[in-house]
Amino acid sequence: MSTREKAEVLDQAGLDRALTRIGHEIVEQAGGADLALVGIKTRGETLAARIAQKIASIEGKRPAVGALDITLYRDDLGTRAEQPQVRSTEIPFPLKGLTVVLVDDVLFTGRTIRAAMDALMDLGRPRVIRLAVLVDRGHRELPIRPDYVGKNLPTSRRETVAVMLTEHDGQDRVVIQEPEEGDPSLDGATTPTPRRTIKKGRA
Amino acid sequence: MAWMRKDLVSMQDIEAGEIADLLDTAESMKEIATREIKKVPTLRGKTVVNLFYESSTRTRTSFEIAGKWLSADVINFSASGSSAEKGESFLDTARNIEAMSPDVVVVRHKAAGGPALLAKHLRCSVVNAGDGAHEHPTQALLDLLTIREKKGHLEGLNVTIVGDITHSRVARSNIHGMRKMGMTVTVAGPPTLIPPACQEMGVKVSHRLEEAIAHADVIMMLRLQHERMTGGFIPSLREYSRVWGLGLDRLQHCRPDVLIMHPGPVNRGVEISPEVADSQYSVILDQVTNGVAVRMAVLFLLAGSKAA
Repeated sequence: MSTREKAEVLDQAGLDRALTRIGHEIVEQAGGADLALVGIKTRGETLAARIAQKIASIEGKRPAVGALDITLYRDDLGTRAEQPQVRSTEIPFPLKGLTVVLVDDVLFTGRTIRAAMDALMDLGRPRVIRLAVLVDRGHRELPIRPDYVGKNLPTSRRETVAVMLTEHDGQDRVVIQEPEEGDPSLDGATTPTPRRTIKKGRA
Repeated sequence: MAWMRKDLVSMQDIEAGEIADLLDTAESMKEIATREIKKVPTLRGKTVVNLFYESSTRTRTSFEIAGKWLSADVINFSASGSSAEKGESFLDTARNIEAMSPDVVVVRHKAAGGPALLAKHLRCSVVNAGDGAHEHPTQALLDLLTIREKKGHLEGLNVTIVGDITHSRVARSNIHGMRKMGMTVTVAGPPTLIPPACQEMGVKVSHRLEEAIAHADVIMMLRLQHERMTGGFIPSLREYSRVWGLGLDRLQHCRPDVLIMHPGPVNRGVEISPEVADSQYSVILDQVTNGVAVRMAVLFLLAGSKAA
């Protein structure tokens, strides 16, 4: 499917401000103690590291940061044409008793977050799990709600939200993409998007 | 590169990109072994049948653990004490097992081509866990994973495989896999145990152990397979050990960063001395650990994909 850019939602400064605000909100609500950020691979991991940096500049102490790969917990294995790549989970600290903030780039159906919570529970027993996302685009399929949101973004299902980060894509910005006119695919939720931009397609 | 195959029958069939994918997936699986609760729900509701017509401890246990850590139901079937002893044919037994709707059948058979036969006739996925003197792909994959982990890369490495090449499915799978990954392979052993057409597989042949191991990054010692030795291939075990056994004396002339591998089971004092098997160069137990990760990757890619 070919897509074209419909609108820019966040530019570099906007994205940075959103992360700064999320950092402040986390500190205000959770405090700096017994706090860990766990990013969902791939871009959630990068965002978690950036938010941790923000918290470090506010509190003077950087919270622990881990990365979670949720592939083994997906609910759509065997229904996709090809297997998603399994990446490794890196959480080098015990979760017991911690306030864990899950970090992801885009919140869509909520299925990724369901999988992430199951994965976290298998790794230990956090005291609290909260959810921070850069963009909430709606269309939830599960009763899941974010605690910290960079940007609420009403979208239609056929659109895709692409979060680009310097570390992966050479630039910091968030855009909405829509299928080219005349494209027969109507549902963005089941259409694979190019690897270099983003999913939100995925669960 | 996406995995699109129904079966894993041989290293000869699969491509370098698929091997690299399998190794990447296996590497990610290793983290699960470090957890307090070693289980992920990935293959919940999937059934894996281990269909073993030859004895095996390591491979069967490894597949069983791999399946269980991924939450699959694993059933072990061994030919002894089964309907195979009552005269049922291999294919009939397999069809009967398939009638119980497994998702993956892991098969070991003394006949080369047994797993390929099942792959052709069964709708479910088939994994070759060793067929005669033909192939043992998951062993080659775990060897490659171990080498890549220790050396950081595969391309350009020199590997020497020592011993009974003729009867070794491990050697055959490794030669195919290593050649595809850009490695240089030398085989060494008595002329009676080196197949004549060996060079056609792109390997060098050496009949002197010292020469063969001097520049090797990896030395893989093969087990002398008594059970396949029916034709007077070697004068005696003692002589074989003296000429082809790897002891500390010979190790001194090797590279200081050499890896010593062995697919097991080890005949201590025959092909490898206990001092070498337990030395800092030996990665024999890492191979076993990686075996579980590789088999998790294989089961995940086969049973989790739509093709299955």
